Amino acid sequence: MKKGLKINKTATKDYITYLVVIAAFIIITFMNRGGMLNKRMQGLLVPVCCYIVMAISLNLTVGIMGELSLGHAGFMSLGAFTGVVVSQSLITAIPNDVIRLVISLAAGAVVAAVGGFLIGLPVLRLRGDYLAIVTLAFGEIIMDVINCLIVGHDSEGLHVIFNFRGDKTVADLNLAEGGSAIIKGAQGAVGTKTIATFTAGFIIIMITLFVVLNFVRSRSGRAVLAIRDNRIAAESVGVDVMKHKMIAFVISTTLAGMAGALYGLNFNMISADKFNFNTSILVLVFVVLGGLGNILGSIIAATVLYILPEVLRGLQDYRMLIYAVVLIVVMITTNNPKVRGLFLKIIPKRNKTEGGEAQ
Amino acid sequence: MKKTLKFIALILCFALIASFAACAGGSNDESAKSSDTDASATDDASATDDASQNAPAAEGAFKIGLIGPLTGGAAIYGNAAKNGAQIAVNEINAKGGIQFDYKAEDDEHDPEKSVNAYNTLVDWGMQVLVGPITTKPAVAVSAEAFADRIFCLTPSASSTDVINDKDNMFQVCFTDPNQGTASADYIAANFAGKSVAVIYKNDDAYSQGIRDTFVKEAEAKGITVAYEGTFTEATSTDFSVQVTAAQSSGAEIVFLPMYYEPASVILKQANDIGYKPIFFGVDGMDGILTMEGFDASLAEGVMLLTPFSADDPNAADFVKAYQDAYGEIPNQFAADGYDAVYTIYQALQESGCTADMTPAEICEKLIAVMTSISVDGLTGKGMTWDASGAVSKDPMAVVIKDGAYVTP
Amino acid sequence: MEFLSYLISGLSLGSVYAIIALGYTMVYGIAKMLNFAHGDVIMVGGYISYIAVSYMGLPGWVSVIAAMVVCTVLGVLIEGLAYKPLRAATSLAVLITAIGVSYFLQNSALLIWGANFKTYPSVISGTLNLFDNRLSIPYVSMLTVVVCIVIMVGLTLFTSKTKMGKAMRACSEDKGAAQLMGINVNRTISVTFAIGSALAAIAGVLLCSSFPILKPTTGSMPGIKAFTAAVFGGIGSIPGAFLGGLLLGVIESFAKAYISTQLANTVVFAVLIIVLLVRPAGLLGKYVPEKV
Repeated sequence: MKKGLKINKTATKDYITYLVVIAAFIIITFMNRGGMLNKRMQGLLVPVCCYIVMAISLNLTVGIMGELSLGHAGFMSLGAFTGVVVSQSLITAIPNDVIRLVISLAAGAVVAAVGGFLIGLPVLRLRGDYLAIVTLAFGEIIMDVINCLIVGHDSEGLHVIFNFRGDKTVADLNLAEGGSAIIKGAQGAVGTKTIATFTAGFIIIMITLFVVLNFVRSRSGRAVLAIRDNRIAAESVGVDVMKHKMIAFVISTTLAGMAGALYGLNFNMISADKFNFNTSILVLVFVVLGGLGNILGSIIAATVLYILPEVLRGLQDYRMLIYAVVLIVVMITTNNPKVRGLFLKIIPKRNKTEGGEAQ
Repeated sequence: MKKTLKFIALILCFALIASFAACAGGSNDESAKSSDTDASATDDASATDDASQNAPAAEGAFKIGLIGPLTGGAAIYGNAAKNGAQIAVNEINAKGGIQFDYKAEDDEHDPEKSVNAYNTLVDWGMQVLVGPITTKPAVAVSAEAFADRIFCLTPSASSTDVINDKDNMFQVCFTDPNQGTASADYIAANFAGKSVAVIYKNDDAYSQGIRDTFVKEAEAKGITVAYEGTFTEATSTDFSVQVTAAQSSGAEIVFLPMYYEPASVILKQANDIGYKPIFFGVDGMDGILTMEGFDASLAEGVMLLTPFSADDPNAADFVKAYQDAYGEIPNQFAADGYDAVYTIYQALQESGCTADMTPAEICEKLIAVMTSISVDGLTGKGMTWDASGAVSKDPMAVVIKDGAYVTP
Repeated sequence: MEFLSYLISGLSLGSVYAIIALGYTMVYGIAKMLNFAHGDVIMVGGYISYIAVSYMGLPGWVSVIAAMVVCTVLGVLIEGLAYKPLRAATSLAVLITAIGVSYFLQNSALLIWGANFKTYPSVISGTLNLFDNRLSIPYVSMLTVVVCIVIMVGLTLFTSKTKMGKAMRACSEDKGAAQLMGINVNRTISVTFAIGSALAAIAGVLLCSSFPILKPTTGSMPGIKAFTAAVFGGIGSIPGAFLGGLLLGVIESFAKAYISTQLANTVVFAVLIIVLLVRPAGLLGKYVPEKV
């Protein structure tokens, strides 16, 4: 009910979100051109874009669909490794970095979409914390499986070994002269040519925003919102719960795959254990702190929280401790009605709009 | 009433954070400008080991940075190397002559964070990098440093991926293949005809790397590998299955290419089920005897190839300095960090670099001298480097007897 | 014979998971929150016990009590400071706070006790050898299984027979109604946290006795596994957590022995997924049909 009345307001909010992102991009690009960004900030640009996309896409699952996912990093991982394999094997065929980047991002997205669909089939039948633990389980399974993969590329194409017993090495790929290993099992994907750029990061954020914001306004998006708010009522008026949830989930994983591909192509080396439970949790923290269902909130939270530990570097050993304290304090201040009331009294103009409540 | 109390608590919390941040910001700026103010005012929070506490950083101090895991699961390695390097820096600065301005950054054993740490150090004006300490972050950073032309000497990242195709990367430790081959050769020469079980960590580049070359060399030398068991970070609590399987495979030697932390659990669990093969470790095993609370009798008879021993009389001064400063017995990572700083010191001296050169100039000069210098360090006498960046030094095979290393 | 020894190591590992899972499940049942900091309370318990034994020279059983006391206080403190203000908030907000607490405990431990690994001196050592030494059972494994069973039975009796236990069950059913019946909900939740944390201390001691490495992240992986075990058995159910823990340990052990050590975790999680698909509320969990 509340949602319906606010449509105009929310449309304005969408435009504000786009504007904020575009403005931020322009400002940062100019600052970068003008040499106002130091190397540390430059290095953070692409990862921040990746985490923003991760946060928005997870927000689709957690905030808009209302299901807790603890394995989102798994899809990022699928995208990252696909992106790296595609980009590295096309390096001679398509020397143009931009085209190769686009193809790699698309490939990462597609693989993550397929993964999302296959995993969604069992996962979306479950509810609440059971769904959460199963996504966690899939996240860990993806990590284990990629740890067993050995992939190489030579003139004859791709060679893949699934190192099930742990007794295979890169030598078992039997690569022809001039071929090279792309993923070396647990040692990760090494020697990736880094082609990710901040502009690419900006573009995928825009794509993500476009997809997610339009999805929420679409027929399917409204169905998903209805399911979140009252599944039984939605079912009783003929909404196909499984179908609409699946659409939302696959969109979410696709975007995560795209973010992953960009992430993978931004580092010379990535390994599967990066995309573990902790990374999933990290992204979840962005989403919850940014506000469930609040896309702009996710963007801001991802940026601030990702940069925070870097800015706190001066604190040395204390920095992660402070990070933890900040996390707890922020959660309590934003969620405790009494404390929030106090803040609202002090800053009466601030009008908080909470996205929605997940049960 | 309650409300007010809570509110006050909250404000205090924020004030605390703000003060921390302010304090840290302050110390940051100062060290960046390498001003000569005493660090005491700013550094109460950040422990006693800040670089600036010794001689005030002189005009001509080289800025050397270190990257390693100072927090998180691998913190032990990063902290040890950081402390070892700190001791070397203090000694060198006390000597006069070349001065070092030293700063360590945390990477949480994560390649992504490591690149961030690297960028932070570059902004600070780092001229030479010691590190990164662990393999995966080292691979990621090495590519960046190669592009930026900053000279890197990693104390302990042992994979060949770290140095491959990068002329600015050098290692203080053995490469993984080197260790795997040396271990297999040693076993073939001294325990001919005995079968071997291998337990390794398959989500760890170091462990996997040694295992791969070990198995290859073992095959070539005719050693039977009777059992291979793996574990990952997620399953690194319990090894009883792997140990039991190794026992029933009849292996008389168990090769453990891993760090000493999981190895200590394996030793205990093997002892629990009465399995007493010869355990054979690599350099990561060093440190097992210094683990607090470790029952040294479990390690009786363990053999390992290691470049460093805290009992070595040559290391006595270092061990004492380390214990005085940090209250612990240094492990091999600390010694590697210490050697790395001294190697850079020697290379800087021989190349005639001065602190006002750009990192890229220093990098080219150091690359030129690295292949010709010979360094006597804690982890090896007469260490030399080839152009690939790999070190050449003799691994020392030792056996643990009565809680101490002895040469067999 | 190997089969038996794999089974025993699985049971021993499983019992540790089960004790941790019992703590998870109790807190979940009453506070309806996933307490991700539970694993880190285990770590604190391990450290306290270690300090009592190694630095203060106290006997093993005293160290267990010391660890229980400290963890109980810690658990109540965490609950009061971090979770209580969020009683009315969404479960996700509490989850994130719990993660913050988990980071906080890990990093505090790093600052207090340093990064160096400590080897935990087992509270009980020695091995029972059977069949001409072909089967060896460490005493600590037997102790773990026994302690686990005792705790499970004790908790079941506690929740079904005592006044406090009944209050807990009432809170878990319906907080509002419980409050109307004159039950002090806040106090009940605090008591639950106290019991859960005391259990975590015991789990910490047993975990470290079997797998004797103490470091600031000791608790995180067993914590996640135990959470899995709790869900596996049906979260909120005490016998469920016990069964889930044991099964998880045994499956992990057999998967390592007979399938692949590489994919042991994958097998565990795959079994979990299959079980949840067949029984969406876990093995012994109550499936509550939604009322319209």
